[in-house]
Amino acid sequence: MRIQKIWPFFLILSLSILSGLARAEEIVAITNVRIVPVVGNDIEKGTIIIRGEKIENIGPDIVIPQGAKIINGQGLTAYPGLIDGYSQLGLSEIGSIQATIDFRETGRINPQVLATEALRPDSMHIPVTRSNGITAAVVAPSGGLISGRSGLIQLYGWTPPEMVIKAPVAMHVELPAARAGLRRQANQPSEASRLLEEVGELLDQARWYEKRKIAAGKNKLISFPEFDEKLEALIPVTHGELPLMISVHSANDIRSAIKFVQEQKVRAIFYGVSQGWMVAKEIAQAAIPVIFASLHQLPPSWEDGYDALYRNPGVLRQAGVKIAFSSSSASLAKELPYHAAKAAAFGLDKREALKAVTIYPAEIFGVDQFMGSLEKGKLANIVLAEGDILELRTVIRHVFIRGQEIDLSSIYTEYLEKYKKRVEKK
Amino acid sequence: MKRTLIFISLLIASTALLFAGGNLLLKNGTILTVTRGVIPRGDILIMDGLIKQIGENITPPPGVKVIDVSGKYIIPGIIDSHTHIALAGTNETGSANTAEVNMRDVLDAEDTSIFTAISGGVTTIHALHGSANPIGGQNITLKLKWGKKAEEMIFQQTWPTLKFALGENVTQANRQLSPGEERRYPASRMGVVAFIRRELERARNYLAEWDRYQELKKMKLLNRPLLPPRKDLQLEVLADLLRGKLVARCHSYRADETLEFIKLSHEFGFRIACFEHIPEAYKIARELAAEKIGISVFMDSWAYKVEAAEGIATMPAFCTQQGVLVSLNSDSNERIRRLFNDAAKAIKYGGLSEDEALKLITLNPAIQLGVDKWVGSIEVGKHGDLAVFNEHPLSAYTRCDLTIIEGEVYFDREAYLKERQEAQKASPKPKATGGDQ
Repeated sequence: MRIQKIWPFFLILSLSILSGLARAEEIVAITNVRIVPVVGNDIEKGTIIIRGEKIENIGPDIVIPQGAKIINGQGLTAYPGLIDGYSQLGLSEIGSIQATIDFRETGRINPQVLATEALRPDSMHIPVTRSNGITAAVVAPSGGLISGRSGLIQLYGWTPPEMVIKAPVAMHVELPAARAGLRRQANQPSEASRLLEEVGELLDQARWYEKRKIAAGKNKLISFPEFDEKLEALIPVTHGELPLMISVHSANDIRSAIKFVQEQKVRAIFYGVSQGWMVAKEIAQAAIPVIFASLHQLPPSWEDGYDALYRNPGVLRQAGVKIAFSSSSASLAKELPYHAAKAAAFGLDKREALKAVTIYPAEIFGVDQFMGSLEKGKLANIVLAEGDILELRTVIRHVFIRGQEIDLSSIYTEYLEKYKKRVEKK
Repeated sequence: MKRTLIFISLLIASTALLFAGGNLLLKNGTILTVTRGVIPRGDILIMDGLIKQIGENITPPPGVKVIDVSGKYIIPGIIDSHTHIALAGTNETGSANTAEVNMRDVLDAEDTSIFTAISGGVTTIHALHGSANPIGGQNITLKLKWGKKAEEMIFQQTWPTLKFALGENVTQANRQLSPGEERRYPASRMGVVAFIRRELERARNYLAEWDRYQELKKMKLLNRPLLPPRKDLQLEVLADLLRGKLVARCHSYRADETLEFIKLSHEFGFRIACFEHIPEAYKIARELAAEKIGISVFMDSWAYKVEAAEGIATMPAFCTQQGVLVSLNSDSNERIRRLFNDAAKAIKYGGLSEDEALKLITLNPAIQLGVDKWVGSIEVGKHGDLAVFNEHPLSAYTRCDLTIIEGEVYFDREAYLKERQEAQKASPKPKATGGDQ
């Protein structure tokens, strides 16, 4: 009797599982394509098989499974989707309109906020970005001393949960901009070290808070501490589970930040690092990875030389620092590949430049097991380009995110089509 | 007598300084002339600042400096049709009409942005008044002769231009109000049109008064002295616009406000040389082409305010294909050094040819400034303004190595690096502090 009542439910459930499987069984074969897997050697002419969300097979001599949809990749080059190491995608729409800006919380200490919880999947900037070959991005909060936590998203999905790959990926701390960092009085602790001390105190409070919680759990005589959302959010940082992404710029501030990271025994990623070239060895020795901010800025000081930000990535990589690039933007997130190329124009090895927008950011954010390169078993985040993906002129022909081929239209094409009609009418 | 001699010799020396350009021979470069195709391997001879010869195996005249640029690319010096660098000020916001203000009065030859610009191959800029007022000031065109005096940088042959501005920047100007203070008029788009119309009507009356005075003076009918009309420096400038001695450069964003300004130009009979920024140009490409009004735009900077929210990167190429004269500008002391990168994007977003893309930053802005007779392409007789790149200038991997103005080298990356090295030797440890006090 009971079973009879619920059998339609089972039917629906099994149907949906079946349809899900059927979708997962969708196979796409990209043939005759030049493959730049980023990890391993290039394949001059090969095939990529996508089954469901993943790359099922990749190589020069691959048998195409029956029923596969074939995309002839003749003349195209396959790359892994690019990963933006720091952006405001989905958090910012129109710069001057405060109501469309969600990456900045009020106040100075906001570890409790998580950027992906403000994500707007319908942002007009997302289609513009992904149609240029960027398939994933860190979306980060900013402002204050502790800005909040960032998440890694894929640039396709109807809802935030469909887009979030991993969140949180970092806790963001912001030290003064480089120009401010350069201004310091002799024999006085810098602004940065004072701020880092404040962060250190908060981390100590979080350690104490957790100890107290554990003790209260074990011993009924000890009361639980009053719930503190900020300290709660900082606990994973104290364990080295969640890295601190420290926005740091001047050489002195970088030194202070290295010391802080080592003393606190936390994991860290540096962001910005415009004077990193002055302390490259120290950053490398500390094994702290670096995400560069947009290279579309001027150096913090005239004495650094006009090309300081351009050659910075090459110098850091040469010293052995793990590097990644970022757009630091929403409306110009599509520029990511050109920051990498600009660094290559000023000394960074071209292949390293490509890695710094693919596998390196994947490694830095701990998702290289399933992203960041074209390898068997990884997610099918694939870009088919008419040439070098870092080149300004290269047209992107196909983008796959998690096996799904993406519509490459955006406001760029939609508005143009609309107004082309006006011209054609005459 | 002696004094006069010294004076004369000084005069000769100074005129020589003003007019004598450099002599230079660039050898074995790939020359992208922009107007006459590509010379895969050629030489350019510059004598007295002008391009004298373009060809192969040119023998250097005695005493002429030779630079071998084998494997490198030569393009015409880049021209930025809209900047605010080399100036000690941008906006005079005290009034909604500041036509009497002239950017020539605030030139700053020591602005390091000039060096930033030449490090990216820029040789000529149009330095404008800002966009806070519907009627801004008079602008100036400069050659970026870094190290020279301001007056030596002025590009004399350009059209005199007057800045106008529409839209958000104007209506939002003075938005920080003290309690009880009213917003400045005009504070809406309708007010902006009404305000400009009123000022132009005043100018028209002023012009008529002066014309009447000149006529009466000629007629000599009256036997008592004729009193001239009161001189008004502001209206004088607007009268010059109506006389055709000045051309308008109008900051506009939305398509609709742009059409309103075109209507005003018909009402009052003045010339618009160019609309600035105009991210919605693709919506009125037909009108812009028919009116033969150029546009000076961003390649892809957009969405920083509401009126820029529909500024699509497919616009510059589309408008070019519709017959509009398009140039790419920087409007920034940072973007100015990578205009060649922006030009390359117009190939991707809309399919321009290499020449068309390069014209966006060379010949087209030259035409917009009225100096295409002198600059904007590599042709015999034009100024020896060139930029040399290590790779194709439209590649993302390229780097500017040399910037030459009238046959003189103003940016030389190699020499710059050498200097920097020596400076570092002098103080071996890079200073981590100081520098920007």
